[in-house]
Amino acid sequence: MLLIRCPYCEQDLPELEFAYAGEAHIARPQDPSSVSDEEWRDFLFIRSNPRGVHVERWRHVNGCARFFNAARETVSDRFLATYKAGEPRPDIASLSGEAR
Amino acid sequence: MSLTTAPAVITEPASTTRISLRIIDPAAVGAGLGLAFPTKIGARTVAGARSVLCLGPDEWLVQAPEREGEAMTEALAAIGTTLPLSAVDISDREITLALSGPAVLDLLAIGCPRDLAQLPVGSGCRTLFDTVQVVLTREAPDRFHLTVWRSFAPHLQALLDIALRELATGL
Ligand SMILES: [Zn+2]
Repeated sequence: MLLIRCPYCEQDLPELEFAYAGEAHIARPQDPSSVSDEEWRDFLFIRSNPRGVHVERWRHVNGCARFFNAARETVSDRFLATYKAGEPRPDIASLSGEAR
Repeated sequence: MSLTTAPAVITEPASTTRISLRIIDPAAVGAGLGLAFPTKIGARTVAGARSVLCLGPDEWLVQAPEREGEAMTEALAAIGTTLPLSAVDISDREITLALSGPAVLDLLAIGCPRDLAQLPVGSGCRTLFDTVQVVLTREAPDRFHLTVWRSFAPHLQALLDIALRELATGL
């Protein structure tokens, strides 16, 4: 079973307790009515979908119930890091080096 | 089959008061209730018949005997006049089962993905049991309390009954 480290519970816990919640660090425009249709479309629908390290939101829904962020290697499905919501994204280059 | 040789037994403890608390100042609320609120997720404090389990960074589950429910609600209402808090009485929403016996870990393993052998005695967690969210507390090395929403209880009980029969036949 895939184990995911919850940064709030500080434990490696079974994937079944967690829910995926899309790409991380996507900020809603402060003033939606002032952005162009293309910018609004990009905010709503356009995601990076990389082959490699993906930074994404997860929720420990059947546990502490918190949202947090994770960097996951999409090829190997390996979690490289998890960190609390609001914290800056980790250095992807050093993480992907670690993944090899 | 006598209880002393059963691999595990399930009983229903007396009903209790349960309050779901969302607060930002656990120390102040704890002082008001006479309970030291733990801040590590999964940690639990027991003071007499009352207990408090930390479920999340701002979420606690307080349990007390049924007759203390009203006093508890009044105390929280008084604290709520000076501190922002959310206290929800969930006493009747949930039901607690006591699971115990030498094979209690095998019994829980039929539905719970966590490695419960690693759960320290005296602590607890919110987790899953066969797709249903539950709160588990470890009361003793071979005794757990499982708290689940009342409407899911028949489903869980049916699963546990099957598992008990399997354990009793040595499967
Ligand atoms: Zn957690």
